[in-house]
Amino acid sequence: MANTDVVIRVENISKRYLVGHVSTRLDGHDTLRDAVVRHAKSFARKALDVARGRQIVDGDTVEEFWALRDLSFEIKRGEVLGIVGSNGAGKSTLLKLLSRITEPTNGRIEIDGRVASLLEVGTGFHPELSGRENIFLNGAILGMTRSEIRAQYDEIVDFAGVERFLDTPVKRYSSGMQVRLAFAVAAHLKPEILLVDEVLAVGDGEFQKKCLGKMGDVARSGRTVLLVSHNLGSLRSLCSHGILLSEGRLIAAGSISSVLMAYSAKNEPSNKVYPSDSLVRRVAAYQDTDKIILEMEYSNVRGKLTIPGFSFIIHEADGRPILGHNPMLERRNLDVPWPNEGVVRASVTSPKLLDGVYTVSVFLGDPYSTVFRDLNCLTISISGLVNSLYQLPPEQVGPVYPECQYEFLPLDLKAEVVDIAISES
Amino acid sequence: MEGRSVPMQIIESGHVEKNYWRDLWRYRELFEVLAWRDVAVRYKQTIIGVAWALLRPVLTMAVFTVIFSRLAKLPSEGNAPYPLMVMAGMLPWTFFSTALSDASNSLIGSAGLIGKIYFPRLIIPTATIVVAFVDLLISFAILCVMMAWYKFWPTWQILFLPLFVFLAFLASLGPGLWVTSLNVKYRDFRYVMPFALQLGLYVSPVGFSSSVVPAKWRLLYSFNPVVGVIDGFRWCILGRASRIYWTGLGVSVVVIVSFLLLGIGQFRRMEKTFADLI
Repeated sequence: MANTDVVIRVENISKRYLVGHVSTRLDGHDTLRDAVVRHAKSFARKALDVARGRQIVDGDTVEEFWALRDLSFEIKRGEVLGIVGSNGAGKSTLLKLLSRITEPTNGRIEIDGRVASLLEVGTGFHPELSGRENIFLNGAILGMTRSEIRAQYDEIVDFAGVERFLDTPVKRYSSGMQVRLAFAVAAHLKPEILLVDEVLAVGDGEFQKKCLGKMGDVARSGRTVLLVSHNLGSLRSLCSHGILLSEGRLIAAGSISSVLMAYSAKNEPSNKVYPSDSLVRRVAAYQDTDKIILEMEYSNVRGKLTIPGFSFIIHEADGRPILGHNPMLERRNLDVPWPNEGVVRASVTSPKLLDGVYTVSVFLGDPYSTVFRDLNCLTISISGLVNSLYQLPPEQVGPVYPECQYEFLPLDLKAEVVDIAISES
Repeated sequence: MEGRSVPMQIIESGHVEKNYWRDLWRYRELFEVLAWRDVAVRYKQTIIGVAWALLRPVLTMAVFTVIFSRLAKLPSEGNAPYPLMVMAGMLPWTFFSTALSDASNSLIGSAGLIGKIYFPRLIIPTATIVVAFVDLLISFAILCVMMAWYKFWPTWQILFLPLFVFLAFLASLGPGLWVTSLNVKYRDFRYVMPFALQLGLYVSPVGFSSSVVPAKWRLLYSFNPVVGVIDGFRWCILGRASRIYWTGLGVSVVVIVSFLLLGIGQFRRMEKTFADLI
């Protein structure tokens, strides 16, 4: 390589998969003759594939699917690169190519350094073996030597917090314990280049914090790390650079904040459309410059509603609720006139959502019952706000930005307030 | 792992790995660990544990002795007691069949690993053969007890036994690699293998001596690679009582080596697509 600082160079790689489809008749009636013909066709195709030495694909029509298309980029030594993109964008395929698990269809990759990949937590764990034995098994599978594992054994056990169960078969562990043990082993992996796929989203909050801390240590230790995650907050805090994939193509590359910005811009104000004959026709949620807007389009032509009482909950990406409101519980808007078909809009002026991905659940009902609910049906993703506000990231201060007034009070006034408080109690 | 630098890797379609065999050597610890895992879990959560490894060969030996010696009145080799001759044949056969069937299913059984981690895939089928080797050692201990019981002492020929163990290993590895890689693509082989091994038990000289086979068929019979291995085992264990048919052994070795080359070739050709197909 001309530039010794480049540790990974990817040139025009593409990866093709073959996918099969089964054509079924829409009316669901499949006569014996249809079935026989279909199976005969499928058998003939399989026989032909075998004769040509090709892979067998189930189904009666075969289609090419390009998981990655003409991807080129470079990574320098010590960079921590975040890979973002929606589901099916080709992120995991890219990691599989880089870790040599599968081969590209076209193109070329040059890697200078030892690669370890962590595509799944607990790969190769054997349920019958004890925790102690699995540490050595999993370590060896991830590419650690026995002496390396032995040297870090106590640390691993300590990190996982499973001292008491080291001689218990892993199948008797709770799933949380298994994940902790697995991550503890992986966290002590010390390759020159580390590929990580969406493994931070495990365990309880405290353990996640520990994992993020560990990942941060790895990132700061000068290793080259490639990280796939849907947790934009952790990507922002861990990565220096990023690339954005969409349908197998590279859309953006550069600093992590510019890439996350591009990613959020690509996600339109999230919205969901329902069948036209339903009570609720469309819901949408997004954050404007100064407020969060939630909308629901309803149609009361059948006269089911006594009032379009719209309520909502906004959750963090992991499902924990952040804020919500139900006007019906406060008996609000009961005498406001409303159209039979229309949109009900809720504007939240404070707080604002800070950077991250949030989901929204929506409800429709009157003060006595809920007639419609759709949980986690919308996504709001925010990025770049922390930077523009010059504020601390959500990992430190929580997901919302409060509207705040500050005053300066003289001491005697404060004392007065305290007096009142005492006299009231 | 730290500190040791590796040459630059190039990944592209159809790229032939120059360092494949050296890579294999570097992953020897993984091989050891996987083999150890297979041995360790073999008899977990069973009541009599390792006793299974003793019970199976002893019972089979007893049944074969009754059927082939008492009922069919087949002769043993020289003055060797019939049960000893059966046991000497069962050692390699059990090794061969366990190794071959485990190796054939090994890749599919490790689908999780193959899809998530890179390592030379050759490790998986070879590691499973270690389990068969452990069983072989246990059976060998039974054989020693039996030889002491019959006061049948081995000659210098037993020193060649490791050579034939290695031959048995190669004999199972070749078809094992071939079948396990095809199994990834065409699952039909999963059903073919148990059936083929069942037939193999009857066409191989396990319950009887290969000297029973008419002389004019002897050469053709040796195309079954297991024949050479079993004859070799008997020659080593039974000493002067057994006479080996050297031409037949040569044929068996040639067949074994060709299968091995075929197996490795097939495996290497398909190796890079395993993760996509499995």
